Amino acid sequence: MKTSHTRLSGLEPLVVTPDLLFINIGERTNVTGSAQFKKLIKEDRYDEAVEVARQQVANGAQIIDINMDEGMIDSEAAMTRFVNLIASEPDIARVPFMIDSSKWTVIEAGLRCLQGKGIVNSISMKEGEELFLEQARKVRQYGAAAVVMAFDEEGQAGTVERKVAICERAYKLLTETLDFPAEDIIFDPNIFAIATGIEEHNDYAVAFIEATRELKKRFPDCHISGGVSNVSFSFRGNNSVREAIHSVFLYHAIRAGMDMGIVNAGALAIYDELDPELRERVEDVVLNRRDDATERLLEVADHYKKGKGEAVVETLAWREKDVRQRLSHALVHGIDQFVVEDTEQARQLSTRPLDVIEGPLMDGMDVVGDLFGAGKMFLPQVVKSARVMKKAVAHLLPYIEAEKLRTGDTAKNNGKIVMATVKGDVHDIGKNIVAVVLRCNNFEVIDLGVMVPAQKILETAIAEKADMIGLSGLITPSLEEMGNVAKEMQRRDFHIPLLIGGATTSRAHTALKIEPHYKSGTVWVKDASRAVGVAQSLVSKDLVKEFLSKIRDEYTDVRERHRNRGPGKKLVSLEKARAQRFHCDWANYDPPQPAKPGITVFDDYDLNVIRQYIDWTPFFQAWELAGHYPAILTDAVVGPQASELFRDAQAMLDKIIAEKWLTARAVIGLWPAANLMDDVEVYTDASRTERLATLHSLRQQADKPPERPNLCLADFIVPKEFDKPDWIGGFAVTAGLGIEEHLGRFLADYDDYSSIILKALADRLAESFAEHMHERVRKEFWGFAANEALDNNALIAEKYRGIRPAPGYPACPEHTEKATLFELLDVTANTGIKLTEGFSMYPAAAVSGWYYSHPDSQYFVVGRVGKEQVEDYARRKGWTLAEAERWLSSNLDYEPE
Amino acid sequence: MSTLPWLHPDRVAALEQALHQRILIIDGAMGTMLQAHELDEPGFRGERFEHGHDGHAHDHAGECDLKGNNDLLTLTRPHIIRGVHDAYLQAGADLVETNTFNSTRISQADYKLQHLARELNLEGARLARAACAAMSAKTPKQPRFVIGVLGPTSRTASLSPDVNDPGFRNVTFEELAENYTESANGLIDGGADVLMVETIFDTLNAKAALFALSELFHRRGARVPVMISGTITDRSGRTLSGQTAEAFYYSVHHARPLSVGFNCALGAEDLRPHIQTLADLADCLVSTHPNAGLPNAFAEYDETPEHMATVLGEFARDGLLNLVGGCCGTTPAHIEAIAEAVRDYAPRALPSRDAEAA
Repeated sequence: MKTSHTRLSGLEPLVVTPDLLFINIGERTNVTGSAQFKKLIKEDRYDEAVEVARQQVANGAQIIDINMDEGMIDSEAAMTRFVNLIASEPDIARVPFMIDSSKWTVIEAGLRCLQGKGIVNSISMKEGEELFLEQARKVRQYGAAAVVMAFDEEGQAGTVERKVAICERAYKLLTETLDFPAEDIIFDPNIFAIATGIEEHNDYAVAFIEATRELKKRFPDCHISGGVSNVSFSFRGNNSVREAIHSVFLYHAIRAGMDMGIVNAGALAIYDELDPELRERVEDVVLNRRDDATERLLEVADHYKKGKGEAVVETLAWREKDVRQRLSHALVHGIDQFVVEDTEQARQLSTRPLDVIEGPLMDGMDVVGDLFGAGKMFLPQVVKSARVMKKAVAHLLPYIEAEKLRTGDTAKNNGKIVMATVKGDVHDIGKNIVAVVLRCNNFEVIDLGVMVPAQKILETAIAEKADMIGLSGLITPSLEEMGNVAKEMQRRDFHIPLLIGGATTSRAHTALKIEPHYKSGTVWVKDASRAVGVAQSLVSKDLVKEFLSKIRDEYTDVRERHRNRGPGKKLVSLEKARAQRFHCDWANYDPPQPAKPGITVFDDYDLNVIRQYIDWTPFFQAWELAGHYPAILTDAVVGPQASELFRDAQAMLDKIIAEKWLTARAVIGLWPAANLMDDVEVYTDASRTERLATLHSLRQQADKPPERPNLCLADFIVPKEFDKPDWIGGFAVTAGLGIEEHLGRFLADYDDYSSIILKALADRLAESFAEHMHERVRKEFWGFAANEALDNNALIAEKYRGIRPAPGYPACPEHTEKATLFELLDVTANTGIKLTEGFSMYPAAAVSGWYYSHPDSQYFVVGRVGKEQVEDYARRKGWTLAEAERWLSSNLDYEPE
Repeated sequence: MSTLPWLHPDRVAALEQALHQRILIIDGAMGTMLQAHELDEPGFRGERFEHGHDGHAHDHAGECDLKGNNDLLTLTRPHIIRGVHDAYLQAGADLVETNTFNSTRISQADYKLQHLARELNLEGARLARAACAAMSAKTPKQPRFVIGVLGPTSRTASLSPDVNDPGFRNVTFEELAENYTESANGLIDGGADVLMVETIFDTLNAKAALFALSELFHRRGARVPVMISGTITDRSGRTLSGQTAEAFYYSVHHARPLSVGFNCALGAEDLRPHIQTLADLADCLVSTHPNAGLPNAFAEYDETPEHMATVLGEFARDGLLNLVGGCCGTTPAHIEAIAEAVRDYAPRALPSRDAEAA
């Protein structure tokens, strides 16, 4: 008879075969084990709690354990809500879930939300055989495997004999009385804390390990699991020692047959890499090898405690090593303080200056690349490493040039890439990060900057004999421009691959709208962390063919699926959508009258005020650090990096303000307005006789139930026939004036890290300026919410009345309306913000949009629009159909001719 | 559960014997056959519902057409349903599916007919049972069997209908389990030989059905064989609720089903890799009843009987199948052609270790 493997599933299967050796079960989504997770659940911050689960899976958890056992929480409700939420996240739900509770009703609540085959943690005979069997039968009916604790009517088993005896009794009951499959039984022979100072506890780890050995022998189809962090409980507060204990304990338990464990998947120390002294003393404790083991571990424990003192010692220590190791250390840790002197010393020791780059520097960067690729280092660290590298290379350059003149010898690199943000777009933070990461991996990057026309990109690529071209863009019109570049490359018979990246790009868009235009390979790059792998595959003679053909197949598949998805959800006619517009009792609605109508200009706004309004979460997103502020600062995985980045950002922000690096300016306006179907008429003054402008909006055409209107921004203004004095507002703010000088300074100093921080901070300041101005408009200038009192979190959560949609965003996706806004406010004259031909704002750290005051006004997504509406919109804008289709290309529900 | 005795041991024995000998044929589409009758609103209502809803006052606003409620025809036009069963049995089907795809309380609530759930299942099973009994009498060497159909319902337990609130659900596991308990009791009491949880978009709905069945068998002290058939929604190769074929199988195999398979949504060609997955893994029998191809531009299924039979014949030749039939768009002509195409091939053999358990 062949052995039966345990077959579990989330959205994807997990078959527990022996070659998996050990299954990591993520422990962080457990309120009894993680104070942070408990806080999130208690404070109803489920969005962030979901992120904890996501990080567990991203860090390699093959199953996640979910526990809501806490007196102050309605555990059943919390279990249901959390499991339903993570079930909706494909990158979490792909793994099986372990439903963990000491209360059966909570377990059942979790099981009722699991479409996959999960695990119950746990059932036991503590309340007798009858209840145990009844629960086990239910577990089977719900289609789950079960953790069976070594727990009977007399209590939890501590000795090897009792552990084995209880498990054996449970096994017999399950397989003989019920037909419970052996492979779905996971024994938990109880991991208890050791080194507690109580003598009988000293043998607990050994008892677990020996019981495991015996159980695995008797019941080879079953599994052995346990909550690993229990074992080190007496060392809480000293994570270094705890991690060492876990590592040693697992090393021995796994060899004895433990094949699953609830662990912090992101923080497992490697047995071989433990400090030998620490390892020996930990081993004495875990294996109970000597009577004074606990005392001896305590003696050294404090020495290994991570703290402030340690960092100083370390800083001094690495300076003692040889120059090669010093350079490697500086690169991996991003320390640029000594890099010039170390580089100079290395140069003097080398025959050629180039040897320093190709030797120690590249070796160090390889370590960085490997750590980053393995998810052990994060973007901010990589960018800091790159800064060190650049400084070293800058020091060597004059010597290399001299050498080159003398010998004609040149440096080799991996390949050359021309990168640019396309015409009409000024956004480049993401592109710059990709450039840094590629340079770290020894690619030569020719960065053409922003708003680069196709011709310049292609000519540079030819002149430089580039190996590939990378295009980036953030705003939707850039998508079309990327298609144009692809067409142009084909027309001019290019044969190098084209890389596509940026926040609005996607695999689907690349497959449908770009790749078909260019025959020599187009690859969408999801984020900076993927860029290196893609670029390396493309320059590798061995890999490129297979890589591109795989990509081509994938995109063909995407197109195929797109074609075959059928008509999708059908849109309703424009007439029907308009008939189902947003209504309110207009006859009884009194629109608020502004306290200060007309235009108001703010010059040189106080950055100290704006700073209070910053929403930090997107700042971390810009660095590809996942998580919400402030929880991200204490996150188990990215916490240290996020904190360091945050400190650096705060320090720079202090300087920006103290030394007036940036100037903030704004203009707002409030005008009489009335709604005419999908348009808003704006008037010169309260007599509402002379029209100043007409604003055009788009309407949702999705087929919605009658209670949910087909929204259009114009609906939030009182219709003209009601003859009520309604108003609309507009604004444009920037916090990026003066940024060039400082970016130039960082560029000269090879300091991408500071450059990217500065740009990201300017973006944050512009966004918070917009938030602050909106608050003032509500409270003072329009004044309909004079008594509003919201803290920053409430502002970020948009808890106030009214909205400020921006042209180019989902509620008003058509960018050219920005021109109308700019004319109404005379933005360029009043603030210095310019519009590019693609309707991107420069400086990039700028925000503009409309103010709506209606209490029911809301953000929404216009989504796809039919030809009928596009024709109607073209007529309203005075455009040809083709022009309208071009500006609405991301929203078209049909293929334009 | 699987240690309980069979409710109808003789019928199970006959079914197992037939399954041992050959690939068995399931019938084809009900809806396609009913469309041909072009019934109008009074046609669906019949006498019983001529003036309203079964004696219930018409006390709610809005229209409530019964046209399109195919399952209701079991009560209002039983001869038409019997005619469809007879046509498929004539074409060679070994098993016919009851006209109960939407006969759950939840689905019938769309027509304000939730109170009919038990009756629809009971009568649906009786009609099919009578058709099978009549045909079995004519062809005693080929006994015929009734599959009591438990459809997916119109709701999904693991997907939120509200994009803004992914944690929201418009149906619970308990509600679904209650629905399925009521429907399954009706089907069993009406004489269903086998129950099939089919067209599973959302595995959690199916798990609620399987949970309900195991509880119900436990209470009755006897069980009937259970077939499970999922639906791979599109060429992404996953169910609507996001599972791969393999993950789907692991999520339902605890029920120790008679068979597991896929039906609907795709034509036979596109289903092949997923049936192959099941054939490689499953400890139980494997079934499939695909659509007659993918819908064309007019949302019609137009794969010919010959084409479909050729493709499914290759499934059989390669040893993937134990049971085969048709879903949307298939007709008695399709079933006859499929029966012909698979006749000469042996059924898929069960992996040895669980042979006695199945």
